[in-house]
Amino acid sequence: MSESTQIKGWSREEMAQRLAQDIPNGSYVNLGIGIPELVARFVPKGRTFIYHTENGLLGMGPSPAEGEGDPELINAGKRHVTANAGAAYFHHADSFAMIRGGHLDLSVLGAMQISQTGDLANWSTGKPDAIPAVGGAMDLVAGVKQVFVMTQHCTKTGDPKLVEACTYPLTGRGVVDRIYSDLAVIDVTPDGFRVTELCPGVDFKTVQERTGAPLLPANE
Amino acid sequence: MIDKRLPSAAEAVADIADGSSIMIGGFGEAGSPIELIHALIDQGASDLTVISNNTGSGQVGLAALLKERRVTKVICSFPKTLNSTVFPELYREGFTELELVPQGTLAERIRAGGAGVPAFYTPTAVGTPLAEGKEPREFNGREYLLEYGLTADYALIKGTVADAHGNVLYNKTARNFAPVMATAAEITIVQAARVIEPGDIDPETIVTPGIFVDRVVQIAEPVHESELIAEGVSYP
Repeated sequence: MSESTQIKGWSREEMAQRLAQDIPNGSYVNLGIGIPELVARFVPKGRTFIYHTENGLLGMGPSPAEGEGDPELINAGKRHVTANAGAAYFHHADSFAMIRGGHLDLSVLGAMQISQTGDLANWSTGKPDAIPAVGGAMDLVAGVKQVFVMTQHCTKTGDPKLVEACTYPLTGRGVVDRIYSDLAVIDVTPDGFRVTELCPGVDFKTVQERTGAPLLPANE
Repeated sequence: MIDKRLPSAAEAVADIADGSSIMIGGFGEAGSPIELIHALIDQGASDLTVISNNTGSGQVGLAALLKERRVTKVICSFPKTLNSTVFPELYREGFTELELVPQGTLAERIRAGGAGVPAFYTPTAVGTPLAEGKEPREFNGREYLLEYGLTADYALIKGTVADAHGNVLYNKTARNFAPVMATAAEITIVQAARVIEPGDIDPETIVTPGIFVDRVVQIAEPVHESELIAEGVSYP
């Protein structure tokens, strides 16, 4: 614990900014609730992303000014949003046809655990007293063309989130393509986790120490 | 002459019997037909199965129906919402059973039910705990799960404008599950802020065609769940 507090990785905003650089112009994107929502603040100059929210809006815009929200114009996190020019509303079966039918380019999600084969756990601790709630996460990972995970590299108690095999209940099997953590950008490959980029000031050995599965270096 | 209008929410829900299954539109508070739900609380039906994305917030609307111990089963994708304390207590006590369904699977089960499709295969939830007990099948090298269409005795939904034939328009993201639920229920009951004469809605813009709707009630100024919660209202 004392060692991990000395490492200064990317902030959440920097993670979001780094991830946004990898989204091609014109992409249809679904941003998960929480940290992934930050990505919308860092759209690179000259690019336009069209945001999908599974409760029935394509072309979602930023939050309105305080007090100007419409309770019937919300995102999947049930927060007030706006609709950009060119937006469309639709019902839930159409919304998930977009998701499951492979029409969305990218889903950005948070994670509790990611395995070296790309399994994702992000919906339940599996504890007997937990109220299970899944929402649209299982549909997103099953249907969207690419799945990026944005997460702190370790849990608050210092346990690795990138592991050989998930111990929490799965959201999907072999679904994660790339991970943006506070320490590194890591691809999920047929050979396991591959570090493609390290946060400046963080070395490979440090990331490996905080990862529960073997890491491959970028150029190997 | 076809006229599906009824004078009050109370009359619209009067025949809902104990043990009925009821689809309730809404995603969070957006599209939640609060006045119809409150009329159902007043009416007294119990042992209900509710199919809805969430389980309500605060002590009003769907949460109030649960709090009154009228609902013994929910079929739902996300029974955890901010200010949602009623369902967790009933669930832990064992009074209300939960069938947890991924959101897209819930929407598609309702769509299928309304479209006369008894079952379908989906890639969602393969390899997860929610695949347990479901029939797997491979198509083109990928695994899918068998899911069943879902129908109900009643659907309670909220629109902005409806006409006497039951054609309905919605507001923004308040549309969500309502159009598919309207197709999947034996009796679909719509509350709308404005109820007008047939011919007064452009047929090109109609979202739910009247064939899917049985009863229409005008609720001119529907309340929003968040406003009631902010005022500290507890229904009834």
